[in-house]
Amino acid sequence: MKAMKKTLLAAAMSVAAATGVQAAGVSDDVVKIGVLADMGGVYADICGKGCVTAVEMAVEDFGGTVLGKPIEVVSADDQNKPDVGSAKVRQWVEDEGVDAVNGLVASSVTGAVTKVLTDAKKIALISTSASHAFTTKACSPYNVHWTYNVAALANGTVKPMVDAGKKKWFFITADYAFGHALEGIASKVIESSGGEVVGAVRAPLGTTDFSSYVLQAQASGADVVGLANAGADFVNALKTSAEFGLTETADVAGLLVFTHNAKALDPAIAAGMKATTGFYWDMDDQTREWSARFKERHGSIPAMGQAGAYSMTMHYLNAIKAAGTDDADAVMKQMKSTKPNDFFARNAYLRNDGRMVHDMLLVSIKDAASRKSEDDIYNIEATIPGDVAFNPMLPQCDFK
Amino acid sequence: MKINKLYVFLLALALVAPTVVYPVFLMKVLCFALFACAFNLLLGFVGLLSFGHAAFLGTGGYVTGYLMLQTGISPELGILAGTACAAVLGGIYGKLAVKREGIYFAMVTLALAQLAFFFYLQAPWTGGEDGLQGVPRGKLLGMIDLSDNMTMYYFVLAIFLFGFWMVHRTVHSPFGQILKAIRENEPRAVSLGYNVNDYKWAAFVISAALAGLAGSTKTLVFQLASLTDVHWHMSGEVVLMTLLGGMGTIFGPLVGAGVVVTIQNYMSGGELGNYIHIIMGVIFIVCVLAFRSGIVGEFQKLVKKNFN
Repeated sequence: MKAMKKTLLAAAMSVAAATGVQAAGVSDDVVKIGVLADMGGVYADICGKGCVTAVEMAVEDFGGTVLGKPIEVVSADDQNKPDVGSAKVRQWVEDEGVDAVNGLVASSVTGAVTKVLTDAKKIALISTSASHAFTTKACSPYNVHWTYNVAALANGTVKPMVDAGKKKWFFITADYAFGHALEGIASKVIESSGGEVVGAVRAPLGTTDFSSYVLQAQASGADVVGLANAGADFVNALKTSAEFGLTETADVAGLLVFTHNAKALDPAIAAGMKATTGFYWDMDDQTREWSARFKERHGSIPAMGQAGAYSMTMHYLNAIKAAGTDDADAVMKQMKSTKPNDFFARNAYLRNDGRMVHDMLLVSIKDAASRKSEDDIYNIEATIPGDVAFNPMLPQCDFK
Repeated sequence: MKINKLYVFLLALALVAPTVVYPVFLMKVLCFALFACAFNLLLGFVGLLSFGHAAFLGTGGYVTGYLMLQTGISPELGILAGTACAAVLGGIYGKLAVKREGIYFAMVTLALAQLAFFFYLQAPWTGGEDGLQGVPRGKLLGMIDLSDNMTMYYFVLAIFLFGFWMVHRTVHSPFGQILKAIRENEPRAVSLGYNVNDYKWAAFVISAALAGLAGSTKTLVFQLASLTDVHWHMSGEVVLMTLLGGMGTIFGPLVGAGVVVTIQNYMSGGELGNYIHIIMGVIFIVCVLAFRSGIVGEFQKLVKKNFN
């Protein structure tokens, strides 16, 4: 009887201790970060396995443990499909104890995933998605959007061109959520700066023959043809524009250019084109040092989303350490109250709506003669302060 | 008698399964199993290869998703509405498609399903590439909260059992006998005085409605309706499930859906994730070359028993 009482007491105490730990410490005795990205499709190069590498690097640089508990990284392929991605993330948070999801590329997938994460009160660390919806109309207290968004692209690339007198714009737009969002916000920027959108044409994702779209653009008499698409679509559209001589009669502006796309383009076509980016490896010693380490492990220079994934993971882990818990609400509060500061995040802070505001870069693609190595792609033209680049916070998204 | 025992055993297994396996995964298997059962009714028992069944799955999903999001009606009404819309669409598509046979039937259904795909891609209320996100699961009959996975699982299981029973009942009814007669020898069925096209059409509508039911349920489970559900890949996947499990058998689609969903689920995270389409393709080829009657069909041959 006495022995039984003792056992009961011990059991009760251990339960109390266990719940006590849970409230202030690390749930399930491990901090698990999931990396969800397109691993083999059209967006594999801009995040994909490189994002997994970047997150793993951050965990290693952090020391592999936080608050005495191990940090684990798991990853999955979303195939750019919202249903695949959201099902995987649901399983992660409900069944496998994942605390935060990093990566996140296609805006359609991110939209579905952030809803699942918000319901589960887990943090979405968005590295590569472009849509600004996650901090505006679909904002959530658990969304963190790093790297860039469509507003920064439009303010960074479009506004200076309109101000320099390129008033008449025509868009060739990728016909899905991201393209529409980019065209919409760029049009607003053009109109508010005194320019005019003379027309737009929608091309399906994965178009290979852009000739009819380019001819329409040519016929419109616009000063600038904005390419509101990304990846292979952007490359194909630009090549076709050059073949039809559009690049000589008008400016062709790529609104979302990733370094690996710029690298793949013939400098004869692309030289001089301006683009806005959240990160460039060759900016200063800090970025070069990190990028060299990344290249050694991954085999290529980092895309901006991959650098963002590292920076964001570091900030997240630091916040867990400072807050003394991996509880999502406490960590979000901590992340918003400390300013991230590393090779990626310059003059940066995390706004209450989850938008990470930092200095963006306006770059131009170098011509063949001035390139010193195969990775030497951009000239940095200007630094765009974060508050100018990003869209202002909406009052309904002001999560304290 | 033996067969009844088998049903009881399987039902017991289904009831305790969510305590061991992740319930959302089981719900996914059940939804696809229902979809494959609906498809099998057409392919296995009437001999009609529809290559456009994704249109019905997607219609059920989108209609239910839209109603749940916009009007906040209760989930059982949402599912009924989705199923009804799929049945109506099946009625129209079926009317057009049963006029043709063989490869032409398959092509007509594929073409019509592509029309549906582009409609869902372009219509302003479907969210395009984003799909309908964050569909609430709602409260069943206004009382039972379905946001809990366990509750949702038993709701989905009930729907699946209803659909399964429908297929079973159809196959074993006099109506089902005529369908099988059409499959075996259509001119003979005509010569016996049956209006073959009407029978085919009726089977097509039942199949479309059950596919819609599967789609509606799937939307509630994942709280998402997306283009994947209406894409022709989905029509192909259900063919794979049915053939792999064993077409023309009652349990075949269930087994096929289980195998395909499990493979997809467990490989998407691993190193083999990039090769998933290749692996599925190889499985398909092996299945068609080596065991044409599918897993359940081969098993039936082995034990010399028919579980239908």
